[in-house]
This record gives sequence, C-alpha cells and structure tokens, in this order.
Amino acid sequence: MNEIPAPASQPTRLSGAEIVWATLEGEGVREVFGYPGGAVLPIYHALRKYPIRHILVRHEQGAAHMADGYARASGRVGVAIATSGPGATNLVTGIATAMMDSVPVVCITAQVPSKLLGTDAFQEVDITGITLPITKHNFIVTRAEDVAPVLRQAFLIARSGRPGPVLVDITKDAQQGLADYDFATAAPSPHRPHPMLLVEQEAVSEAIELILSAKRPIILAGHGVLESKAMSQLRTLAERLQIPVATTLLGIGGFPASHELSLGMMGMHGEPWVNQAIQQSDLLIACGMRFDDRVTGVLASYAPNAKKIHIEIDPSEINKNVKADIALIGDLREILETILPHIAPRKDSSWIRAVNLLKGDAAVRDIKNLPDLGHLYAAHVIHDLWRATDGKGIVVTDVGQHQMWEAQYYKHESPRTLITSGGLGTMGFGLPAAIGAKVACPDKEVWAISGDGGFQMTCSELSTIVQEHLNINIAVINNGFLGMVRQWQEFIYDGNYACSPILSPDFVKIADAHGIPGVTVRKRSEVLPAVDAARRCSGPYLINFMVEKEDAVYPMIAPGSALDEMIRRPSNGNSPLVETPEKP
Amino acid sequence: MLHTFVALVEDKPGVLTRVASLFRRLNINIMSLTVGSSERTEVSRMTIVAEAPSGAGHRIKASLFKLENVLDVDDIGQLSCVTRELALIKIAATPMSRGPIFQLAEVFRARVVDLAPESLMLEITGASSKIEGLLQVLTEGETQILEVSRTGRMVMRRGQHTSRVLDAMRVSSPEEEPVIPVTASGAVGVELNDGDPNHPL
Repeated sequence: MNEIPAPASQPTRLSGAEIVWATLEGEGVREVFGYPGGAVLPIYHALRKYPIRHILVRHEQGAAHMADGYARASGRVGVAIATSGPGATNLVTGIATAMMDSVPVVCITAQVPSKLLGTDAFQEVDITGITLPITKHNFIVTRAEDVAPVLRQAFLIARSGRPGPVLVDITKDAQQGLADYDFATAAPSPHRPHPMLLVEQEAVSEAIELILSAKRPIILAGHGVLESKAMSQLRTLAERLQIPVATTLLGIGGFPASHELSLGMMGMHGEPWVNQAIQQSDLLIACGMRFDDRVTGVLASYAPNAKKIHIEIDPSEINKNVKADIALIGDLREILETILPHIAPRKDSSWIRAVNLLKGDAAVRDIKNLPDLGHLYAAHVIHDLWRATDGKGIVVTDVGQHQMWEAQYYKHESPRTLITSGGLGTMGFGLPAAIGAKVACPDKEVWAISGDGGFQMTCSELSTIVQEHLNINIAVINNGFLGMVRQWQEFIYDGNYACSPILSPDFVKIADAHGIPGVTVRKRSEVLPAVDAARRCSGPYLINFMVEKEDAVYPMIAPGSALDEMIRRPSNGNSPLVETPEKP
Repeated sequence: MLHTFVALVEDKPGVLTRVASLFRRLNINIMSLTVGSSERTEVSRMTIVAEAPSGAGHRIKASLFKLENVLDVDDIGQLSCVTRELALIKIAATPMSRGPIFQLAEVFRARVVDLAPESLMLEITGASSKIEGLLQVLTEGETQILEVSRTGRMVMRRGQHTSRVLDAMRVSSPEEEPVIPVTASGAVGVELNDGDPNHPL
C-alpha cells in the first residue's frame, strides 16, 4: 500500500468506469481477476487507460478464488470483477470461502441500469441481497460520484479489524455517468473499531499470572497470528517460558514447523501428541483462533483441566464455542507486546519433556526410510515435495485428504506459505488460488496440490495459466476416489462407497492440450525426478500422482468424539506409513 | 429468555434486512421489532426483542456491532427501563353493546379513536402486559375482536443512560459532541406516569 500516488490537486472529470480503475490504482492495486460481460463493459472499456493488469479467468468462481489466493499470499487486498447476473452469482462460492477464512477481498460486480433495478431485466440479480450473509459488508452504487468513496470504503472495511470480503455492485449508468474524481477527497473516515474491543489492565495481569503459574501450558496459534503479524511476539512468548505451540490449519506458518517447541497442527487430523497435550494441559493460550469444531472435537470434554486465555480481535468469537476464563479482545500483536515485558525467561521444561514423551516413536512421521512396497502414497509425495522445495514453496491446496496430508507432511517455516480453504472447505479452490498466489508473488515457487475430484471442478483455469504465462507447478493426488468422502464412508458409513469413486480423464493429456508438459507418476522412485523436472521447467508443469486408492488420513477424530479419541493408522507391520523416527 | 436490544442504525435502504438477517443466521426468532426515528438525524432507532439462550446476549450484541451500518447497541437485559407498546383494537359493537366497552376502556386508560355503527376502535399504550390484560378481558367477555395491531415494544433506559450521553462519553469518537456533564439525576428514575392503572402512581 506504500505506492499510493500523490493525490491530484484538482478534481478530474471522469466516467464512473474510469473512476473504478483510478480508485483501484490509488489503492495500490496492480492486478485484478475478472471476466467481462454486458453490464460491466463500460468498466472494461476504460481499462486500457490504466496501468492495471487484468487476468482473464475462465469462470468467475476462479476470479474470486484468485483474488483470495492473491490476498492470502501477499497480505494485500485481492480484487475480482464480474458482470451482472450469472457473473455475480458465480462469485458466490469464492466470496463465502474468503468470508469464512477472513480474507480481505473486494469484489466489483456490474449491475443493470438503476432505472431497471427490480424489473427482472436481462442478467439482473440481487447480488447484494444474495451476498449479504457472506460478505463483511456490501454496497450498491447507482451514481458515478459515489464510486470512488464507496470503493475506498470497501478497501478500508476489507482490511480493517478482522478482514473479510466486501462486494461493490455498480449499476451500468453509474459506470457511464460523469463525476468529479479526486482520490484524496474520496477518503473514507477512519473505520470505527469494534466498540467491544476490550483489553483490561486487570485481565492482562490475570493472564500474566496464569501464564507464569501454569504447569502445562500450550499456545494455540491461529490465522490471527498471520493477520496481526505477531509471529515474532508469539515466538518470544513460547521461547521465554518454553511453551509448546500447536497451530490451527490456517495458523500453519505462524510458527516455524522445525522449531523445537512446534507441536504441529491440532484437531481432527492433528498429530496424536498435539491433541493429547491439549487434553492434558492446564492452560490454553489461544492466539487469534476461534475454536472451530474441527479443532476442538466434542466440546464437553475439550481440554477439561485447562484454563483458557482467549486473545482474539473479533468480540463475537469470545465464548462462542469455548468459554474463556480470560478474554483479551484486540489486536494480537499489541496484546502480546503488553504481556511480554512481564515475562522473564524460564528454563523449567518438565512439561516439554512430557510432551516429547507423548511424541514417542511417532515424533517424526518421516517416511523416507520406509520400505518401498511398490505402492505410491500421498504422504510420500508431499514429503518428497517438501524436501525437494526445501520447505520454501508457496503450497496452495484444494480440499480433502491431500489437504490434510499437506498439513501433516509439508513443514512450513514462514507465514503465507500454505494457502488453503479451511472454514468453508471449498473444493476447486486450489488451482485458481494458486494462480492468485503466483500473480501476487511471481518470484516464489508456487505449487498447486489438488485431488482428482477438486481439480476437475476448476481445471478450466489451466488455460488462464497458459494465457498469463504463469509458472505454476501442479500436483494432482489421484486416487480414483473423492478420498475424504470415501474415508468417512469407510469409517462411519459401513464402507458403503456411495458415489465416491470418480472417473478422471488423463490429466497429463489435459495438460498437454493446454501446451503444459506433464508426467504421470506411479512409483516412489519417480517422485523426485518428476518434481525436479517440474521445478526446472520454466513454465507450468503438471504431475499426475497415481496414489494408493484406499489410503486414509490418520489420525482422525470421528465426529462426536473427544479430542484424544483418535482413530489411529492400523499397524500391520507392513504398512509403509507406520510412524517411525527418522534415522539420523 | 427474552433479550431486548436497542440499536441505533444508519437510516439507509437495506439496514433492516441486515439486522434481521443476523438474527435469522443465528437461528433466533425475533419476537418484536420496532424501527423509527431517533434523536439523531439520519439515524434510526430499533428495539429488538428476541427469544434466545441466556448467554447469547454478548454474541448477539457483538455481532450487531460487526454490521457496518450499526452505530450503537445496548443490551437492555435486566436494566431499569421504560417499556411501551401501542395497540389498536377494533371491536364489533353496536350502540346497545358499547357501554361496557367504554367502561373497560376507562379502567385500562385506553382511548376510543373511532366509532362506527357496528364497530369501534380502541387505542391503548403501555407495557405489553397491560395490552395483553385488556385483550384478555375483551376475549373472555362477550366482545368480538375484529382486528388487533400492535407495534411491538419500544424500550428506553431510565435516568442518564441515553444513547446520546453514552455516545458523548465514548472516548473513541472525539469529533462527536463534547462530553455532557451528567447531572445529579439518578441512574434509576421514577416512573412519573405510564397510564397504567395497576401502577402505584
């Protein structure tokens, strides 16, 4: 946002459409994702005058996911543009995805002329009504003079407090009308902070006392760590008192995975020692997370002996799922900075030793040294990918088994290197979000990992990758099933694989049809050469990993079970995935 | 339990939908909702009464504040306040049967606001219980009620706790009017005249 040009001293007379681009430029936007159509044509007509790169998507859902991936990778606001009617409704899944994961996105939709509003005009849809529950806020603009102030307010709302998507619906006559434009005078008044933000000195003192006196504390690090940029404060707190750190799915990267105090991901597919440690702890320090049901298991038995300190910027999250003993409602980094001066380093690590005992032989779920029985396991693939990329890539996943394996086997050291749809669990998210991430971070190595099901939902965006010359590596974890559905059917629905086997085309041929090179991998020995080929390739590359068909994500907490009631991988002595320590 | 919220919201299209939609999303039924002007220009005042679990007040209030058009929210809870509701009641009544209804109206301090050959209309203002009392007496008698229109509850805290003073006391909005020194009037005022026949005054 530091490239905002100096505001023009004199207002200029522009069309609403031109004001859209001028305002975006003023907000520091360099790339947008969109798809033209009838009602939005004035905006597209005006684009050529402005230095903004437009990425033409193949489906508006892709535009919303790209804007989302762009925002998650960069921390900047992502922008998606669609026409009225079906263009707008196609954005909906992407907007809901961004809402659930608190991602700052501004969606601009066109609307029929204001005189036709409510007449069922061609391609008219009440998109502000439709998106009301899935946006942080939305606007309808019917006059050219309102375009700049409303867009600027949309950007402010999207990135303020707990971020989220904002939709701005602009009628065609507002795009065509003329108005005075001045970026500076269109500035919104400061965003009202949520009036219930509350960090009482007394509560801070109590929190410090609890933290200092806890025998078995655990830090639960969520997405808020990334959004608040509290990584170093979190690390300092953990290191000073030797407190182990467990992360949520969206908190991955907020604490280095290789750190000795890192426990890994908690929850439904978290490592057993993480969930066991949480259940045994006497203090949970929840940092920017919302105790989602995938994290807590059944609430009645969640961390029964632990006091809970909940540090969170959204007051409506306090006591929503888990009752907080102390609530510090505000910006995580500021709150940690208030706490840290009162905390002196301590060396007592009996709790760490106990946690390490929980890890036992399973401390390193490394599978490098395990026998190769001729089967290819997704865990192998992700693990090798992590090694080959030295853990430095931006990995964008789809949703399902491969997503959980990624979270388990790819070790993320820094924030914004795992991009994944956590809250909504949107299949089809991966490929378009990877495009957004690559556009935001062209110098980073970007890997899109999808399952064979999710990949087919949005693989039309392959041609977007080619048209935009994006160097994205794509790994399809192909097991012939909607894998997570099949796993639930195996565990919970008597092995009745209703409608979960899925036929796929030859993904390498699909890639080839786009001019994208690719290879199918069936053996462990072929994984690294294929990954290397993809990394050497100067353009996009697709690897179709044919993995074990009926593998499951372990451990798993079945719905309605307590956090430490995990289904573990059956140990038959021959499983190539038995959790064993890595050989030195 | 019943929760009562007073919200000051921007007077713009769609704001009512946003507020109502929030309750729908939380699967909470709104018992009554009144909207009208407030003491501030372009700001509407809503009184929302909803049935929700006892602990839900905090989350509803916090969620209301997350709506961009909501300026202030007060969770009335058990606080001392004046609650009023207005009802129009149309009753079938001939010249022969009007007498007892007039008497009843006097006891309840309701006003006759329309008189037609075969019907009359009563206007009554007061706490919901008073309106329900009148309706009950009417129903139990011979009277045939033709139409009932109730506004739903309006609530205002007693004493100095008006939204304007709260707003002025809020440090976060310095551009607003300066802090009004709170006079010696107590937090709990005395109900002067609510027209309630059962009230001590």
